[in-house]
Parts: sequence; structure tokens; C-alpha cells
Amino acid sequence: MDELSLITCMRCGTCLATCPTYRETYLESGSPRGRVALLRKVLEGELEQSERLLGFLALCLDCQACATACPSGVNAGSLVAEFFGERTAAQGLGGMERLILRHLLPHPDRLEAATTPLRLYQRVGLQRLVRRMGFLKLFPPIIERMDGLLPSLPSRPLRQTIDEVTPPQGTERGTVGFFLGCVMSLVFAEASRASIQLLSALGYRVITPREQVCCGAPNMLAGDLEGLRGEARRNLSVFGQLQVDYIVTDCGGCGAELKRYGHHLDHLPEAEAFSAKVRDISQLLAQHTDELGTMLQPLPVTVTWHDACHIAHCQGIRREPRELLRLIPGLELREMADADACCGSGGDYNLRQPEMADRVLARKLESIATTGADVVVTGNPGCLLQLRQGLAKGLPQTRVQHLTELLAASLTGQPPG
Amino acid sequence: MEPTFIDTLRGIVGPDHTLSDRESLALYGYDSTPELEARPAVVLLPGHRDEIIRVMELCHGAGVSVTPRGSGTNLSGGSLSAGGVVIQTSRMNRILELDEENLTATVEPGVITSTLHREVERRGLFYPPDPGSMNISTLGGNVAENSGGLRGLKYGVTADYVMGLETVLADGSLLTTGGKAVKDVAGYTTTPLLVSSEGTLGLFTAITVKLIPKPRTKATMLAHFTTMEEAALTVSAIIAAKVIPATLEFLDQVTIRCVEAYAHVGLPLDVAAVLLIEVDGHPAVVAEEAAAVEAICRGHRASLFQTAATPEEALNLATARRTALSALARVKPTTILEDATVPRSCIAPMLQAIQDAADRHRVTIGTFGHAGDGNLHPTCLTDERDQDEIRRAHAAFTEIFEAAIALGGTITGEHGVGLAKKKYLPRLVGETGIRIMRGIKAAFDPQGTLNPGKIF
Ligand SMILES: Cc1cc2nc3c(=O)[nH]c(=O)nc-3n(C[C@H](O)[C@H](O)[C@H](O)COP(=O)(O)OP(=O)(O)OC[C@H]3O[C@@H](n4cnc5c(N)ncnc54)[C@H](O)[C@@H]3O)c2cc1C
Ligand code: SF4
Ligand code: SF4
Repeated sequence: MDELSLITCMRCGTCLATCPTYRETYLESGSPRGRVALLRKVLEGELEQSERLLGFLALCLDCQACATACPSGVNAGSLVAEFFGERTAAQGLGGMERLILRHLLPHPDRLEAATTPLRLYQRVGLQRLVRRMGFLKLFPPIIERMDGLLPSLPSRPLRQTIDEVTPPQGTERGTVGFFLGCVMSLVFAEASRASIQLLSALGYRVITPREQVCCGAPNMLAGDLEGLRGEARRNLSVFGQLQVDYIVTDCGGCGAELKRYGHHLDHLPEAEAFSAKVRDISQLLAQHTDELGTMLQPLPVTVTWHDACHIAHCQGIRREPRELLRLIPGLELREMADADACCGSGGDYNLRQPEMADRVLARKLESIATTGADVVVTGNPGCLLQLRQGLAKGLPQTRVQHLTELLAASLTGQPPG
Repeated sequence: MEPTFIDTLRGIVGPDHTLSDRESLALYGYDSTPELEARPAVVLLPGHRDEIIRVMELCHGAGVSVTPRGSGTNLSGGSLSAGGVVIQTSRMNRILELDEENLTATVEPGVITSTLHREVERRGLFYPPDPGSMNISTLGGNVAENSGGLRGLKYGVTADYVMGLETVLADGSLLTTGGKAVKDVAGYTTTPLLVSSEGTLGLFTAITVKLIPKPRTKATMLAHFTTMEEAALTVSAIIAAKVIPATLEFLDQVTIRCVEAYAHVGLPLDVAAVLLIEVDGHPAVVAEEAAAVEAICRGHRASLFQTAATPEEALNLATARRTALSALARVKPTTILEDATVPRSCIAPMLQAIQDAADRHRVTIGTFGHAGDGNLHPTCLTDERDQDEIRRAHAAFTEIFEAAIALGGTITGEHGVGLAKKKYLPRLVGETGIRIMRGIKAAFDPQGTLNPGKIF
């Protein structure tokens, strides 16, 4: 833990205004300023790592709204994450964690195989029957929640079905390496297909190497820095062999992590070069608004943009997605209040802190409802899962979609289903 | 404090809103004041005035002290309690009434300042006080500190807007003062006395403020200067020319660089100082005043004069200015800031005195502030781990205060006395001043239940 960044917090309270957990609790212990103070008091030996203290810290969503707000450059969210990382590193990974982080994530084939039973279970209609019978109540509530989060899955992950090379349409503009997020590939295959389609329509040759592995964000979350570094090196070598102008992803969480490879690998020149090439899909598409403007067909919908934390707070991207949405003829973009407030998804937060996740989500749904939009658009799979579940319960007439799904629908002139 | 006493409090406010665990209490040991920490015995977050009344009655009877707290952003240690009860008002955050006929708003004390701004501006109305902390500060805290802001020059400070208060006194009795009537001379005017009482006379539970029509338009300008003196002289010249801008803010080079590093709004990094100037009102008047301001700035050798092209650009500049204090913490971890205030015409000699004190004691001081109000925030950039430098910083500030008083000014323009400036108060108000203040305190709170140890 970095002492300097802890004492740099001058306790001005600026960050309290946008911290989702402070807004729910009004407690210092639920605020960024309070979390930095807790860490500092632990470091200075004034407080022990008691259950209660760990509980206060664990309530942090790591949404990094505080980092955006803090004029002094303190990032309470990542200081907390770092603290838990160091704790895990000292204690070692648990058996289940080790299995997932070290044996599944670095091997997409195994990950995909492991999720096959889920796929089957959804396909054959068992899912509805089982859900109705409350069969899941037999399992720990965590599984029930997870099931509630899952939309119907594509029959096969995108990684298995997408061509490794998608040729450009029209004059070739450049080459893009496409980074397929695990969740995008496993759950939101259609959105990533749309992303690739858009890039190709703009004249990019899109290479989607099959050997790429997880970006490492789940490892980071669990404090498994070693696992993260292994995956980072693998991705460096896979993409390093290709001559690409950009490495593009449509997963906000992956983008944020990939942009930190330089940092994670001690500023290794190859890693820095890799990170410098990474773009969120909205960043690259927004470089071509003129061309897109001539290609897009009318789509008479009212939408609102949800700034995913990993896109707005971690990568500082806010303008580009809005510009892209405004390009679609007939589309009306209505800003929601606090568009960059977390939706409560935050990695596995939804499963670890269900009560707070629900409260944060409820506030988000209220902002969405006030806009009267037909579709909530965002750019991160965690938010897609969380919002989809929340909307189904609270605002059934509103849909959630990935930005590229909507753009691709406008490109082909086919309203999304 | 007896556990049974805490249990009784818990019974009144509810277990979810009563904090008495070690970890939570450690986090109520601070507010935004550097170098100060104290530990309360219990923190309560009541949801209703009646709970506050019962808590006050109980504490008064038991001889336990009570300290009000809003968001804990004050800069004088005013919300800290050693061993007593802290009442945090954040849950009492309803806007009770917006009266468009009388142009008043009545709010609970925990309403956030910028929330009130948003609500009244939606109706074409305006509540001008806008402290740098407005996105998190509470109205209760604003009233208790008589907070100023960036629009103080033309529109005044919180006190100029408070029309009525509902206050729970130390013994739990309820005092209602003022109201919606714009004129009222029935007996002593008590409301202004309660404003800036720093939680020592009573706890506000409802606040009625005056609203004004929202100015039709505004122009936001930025003038660059190659010397601090020219910037300071420009401030006096603008006011002497009978132009009263809404905002007339000063930032020196150290501050500019820190703010730009955070906000990226295109501030110049190579100039000695900038003035952020905003004129507002009727479009014709705004155009005229903006032209006058430009002429004066250019006449005082402003090296560059810019006018914000869009409302967003204007907003970004003002927002950037609000981050000045916290942004200074980028350079060194500990920022000790002061609040010296002098008559407007004395800005130039005051800046010189600050510079001299910094040089003499070998410390780095960044200065920004509400120049149009004569209110500067010299901020020492230091490191609490370097005890020698901290000592030198305090020595420099003692000289700065002396200079402010000698120029006919005061030791604090808007941050209050609290704990931090207690020792300088007698020097400023004299023995008689202290005697009168103690008398007022005794009239409200003879036992000293409310926020003891603050101010004097
Ligand atoms: C970055 C930053 C910028 C700032 N900018 C400005 C500025 O431009 N101008 C300015 O004037 N100040 C400024 N301040 C100081 C501070 O924000 C103000 O004093 C503000 O009004 C405090 O509000 P709060 O809700 O945080 O009150 P707190 O800090 O919680 O309390 C302040 C005082 O008010 C008392 N109090 C709180 N609520 C009540 C109540 N309901 N009844 C009675 N007493 C009560 C407390 O006991 C305490 O003495 C700034 C502070 C920071 C950190
Ligand atoms: S983290 Fe930053 S914004 Fe929050 S209290 Fe500390 S210095 Fe202020
Ligand atoms: S990361 Fe989010 S939840 Fe955590 S302290 Fe920062 S703003 Fe609050």
C-alpha cells in the first residue's frame, strides 16, 4: 500500500458527492474519504483488520467515481482493491478461485466447455421449469442470483464461430486486432459480431485471434496478480505477432485492463506498446463519424446512454458514444441524471453485496425511468447483465443494448429485435 | 460514555442510525481541517427534528456535549467532538417548500447546497451562495459558517439570504426566528446572530432562505497577467470603475498549474496569475460590463484576455476554480490553508505580505481566492511528516494574520474560527469582544452543551 497516496487525501469530501455507497448510507465508512482513512489507520497501526473494517471496505464497488472526482489525484476505489489484492496474495488463493482463475480463464476452451452445461440447460427449456419450481432455492442463494443475471446464451461462443480474419469492405483503411472479452464471447456474441461488422464496414481488416485469453480483470479483482501477468504475456505474444494498427475491444472492463498492461508488467516496452494501441470500440468508431453518418439508416427510438464505470471513470470516455448515437437518424438521445453513476454490477459485487447492489441499481433504474427511453445503451457486459436483470423486474418495457448492436441495426436498416 | 446512555440514544434514533463502534468513530475524528483529530463517543443520524429535541434534552440533562455536523467539509475543525455526541444531519435532506410567490425556499439542514441550486434554477430562480464545496456541503453547515462563494462580490454571502431559522437549543427547546416577511424589527434580530454561530448556539432544523430571479445571461472571462501585482491592481480598478462582477477570482501560478493538471481546461501554465471574472444580468448590461472589464484588464497589461465561447466552457472554468484547494494537494500531501481577508483595495499589499512571509520562512505558498471580496486563501504546501517545515508554515501564517489585521482585515473571511483559529480571535476582537460573545453563548447555552471548545 502506497503511504503517499493515503496521506495525499486532504479530506476535502469532494468525492462524497458522487460515491454510490455514500449516497445510499450517508456514512463516512461508506465514503471514499472514509475508506482512505481506514486504510491509513490500518497502515499506521491505529486500527486492526477487524471483520467490521473489512466489511466497510468490501462495500466499495471499485467504480472509481471517486477517482474522477478527486482533484488531488487519490483513487480510493483502486486503493481498496489493492488492499484486498495484497491480502489475498499473502493468504493464497482458495481452491475454487484457483480453479477458475488459473485453470479456466487462461484456457478459453476449458472455460467454454465449463459453461456448456449452462447452455444446454437453457436450451432444452429446463431453465424455465426449474426456475418455476424454485429448484434453485436448494442451492446457496448466490446461484439463484447468478441465474437471474444470465440472459439466454448464444448456442456457441463467438470465439468458436467468428472467422479469424474478417475482410474489409470497400477500400482498406487499416488492420484491427479484435479482443474478445470472455463474457462478450460467451454471452453477448451478437454484440461483438456487430462490432466486427461495423469495423469491417468502415474498411478495417479485423483479426480475431483464437489463441487470445482472458484480459486478466477477474484475476486482478481476486488479487491474483501473478495470474493476471501470465494472461497479459500470453495476449502480448498473440497480438504482438500480428501487424495491427489498433487493438479494439467492445468490453469496457477488458479495455480498462488492457490499457494497464504497461503498468502491470513493470513498463515493459512491448506491454506499453500494446496498451498504447488499445481502443474502446467507441473511440475508433468516433474517428469515422463522417463515413458512418452517410451509412446509417433511420432508427426511430428514444435511447439513453449509461456511462459504464470502466468506460467513463477508468478510461475517461464520455463524448464518443454520445456522438455515435447522435449519428443515427431518427434516434433521440435523452440524458439521464447521473449517467456515470454505477449500476451496481461491479465485477462480482452483485453476488458479494446483493443488498447494496440492489439499492444502487434501484437508483439507476429511477434515472432511466425518468427519461422515458425505450432503450438503455451501454458498452460493458457487466452493466448489460445487471441492467437487463433490473429492467426485467422493474421496467419491463425498456430494453438494454450494447452500443454496437444499435449501430449495426441502423447500418443494416433492421430494427433490433 | 455509559453504554446504557448510548442504548437510550439508540432507542431514539434507531440502531441503524447510531454509530458507536471503534471503526466508525475513528472516521468521525476528522473534517476537512488539516492536522486536527478528535474522537466522539457516538454519532447519530436522526431523521426528524423531534428526535433531535429528545437527544438534546437527554444530553443536556446528563451533561454530555453535542456537536452538529453536516458533511464535515469545514476548514476550522468546527464539527469535531472529543468524547461527545455528534449529530450528522445528512438524512434530513428534504426541500420542504419552494414558495414562488414570496421567493423563498425552506429546507431541512441536510440539503446539499447544489441540490437546492438545481431545484430553484429549474424554476427560473436563483440562490447565489456557492462555496467551492457546494456539491457536498449542507445548508446547515453553510448557515453555521456563513459560507461565501464565488458569487459573493455581487450577491453577498449566506447571511444575506437567511430569512428564518428553526433552531433546537441546548436544552431541547425550539426557537423560531424570522420568517418569510421581508421586514421584521420585533425585538433583537436574532436570526443573523445564529448565522455563523458554528454549532455553538443551537442546531438548525429548518432554514428559510431568500431567492432572487435568475440572471438572464452572463459572460465569463479569463485575464492572464505576468505579475501578481498587476492582477491585484486590476481587481481594485474594476471595482473602482463601479463594475461589480458576480465573480472576481484570483489564482496564482502554483494554483493554476495544479488545477490544470486535474481539470485540463486550458489554463496558461506560464503566467504569474489569472483572474476569473464573470458578469451577469440583463444582456445589454452584461455586454457593456464585459467590455468595461476587458478594457480595464488590457489597460493593466493583461497578457491575454479570453471570453468563454460557450456555456459549457464557462461552467468548466468555474468548476475548475472550485477544485483549487484540493488540487494543490497534488504537489505535496499536506495543505494548510488560511482565510485572510482584507478590504478590497488592499489586495496588492496583502499578496506582497504573503510572498514575503513565504520567502522568510522558506515555505511554498499557493494563493487563490475570492479577490473581489478581499478574501484570499494562501495555502501552504507541505508534508506533515516534516515537522520542521510544519513549524515554519505556522510561523509564516502568524505573520500573514498580523499583516491582514494591520491592513484592517480579519483572520477568517468565511471558514470560521472553530478550533483552528481560536488563539487568534482575542487579538482581533479584543477583550470586550470576547466578553460579549461569551455573554451571548451563556444566554443560549449556559451549561456549554453545544459544541464546546469552539470559537473561544
Ligand atoms: C474544497 C473545499 C472548498 C471550500 N470552499 C468554500 C468556499 O468557497 N467558501 C466557504 O465559505 N467555505 C468553503 N469551504 C468550507 C466548508 O465547505 C463550508 O464551511 C461549508 O459550509 C461546511 O458545510 P458542511 O455541511 O460540510 O458542514 P460541517 O463541516 O459538517 O459543519 C460546519 C459547522 O457547522 C456546524 N453545523 C453543521 N450543521 C449544523 C446545523 N444543522 N445546525 C447548527 N450547526 C451546524 C458544525 O457544528 C460545524 O461547526 C470549503 C471547503 C472545502 C473542503
Ligand atoms: S479522496 Fe480526494 S476528493 Fe476524496 S476527500 Fe480525499 S482528497 Fe478529497
Ligand atoms: S470506488 Fe465507487 S464505491 Fe468505492 S469509494 Fe470510490 S466512488 Fe465509492
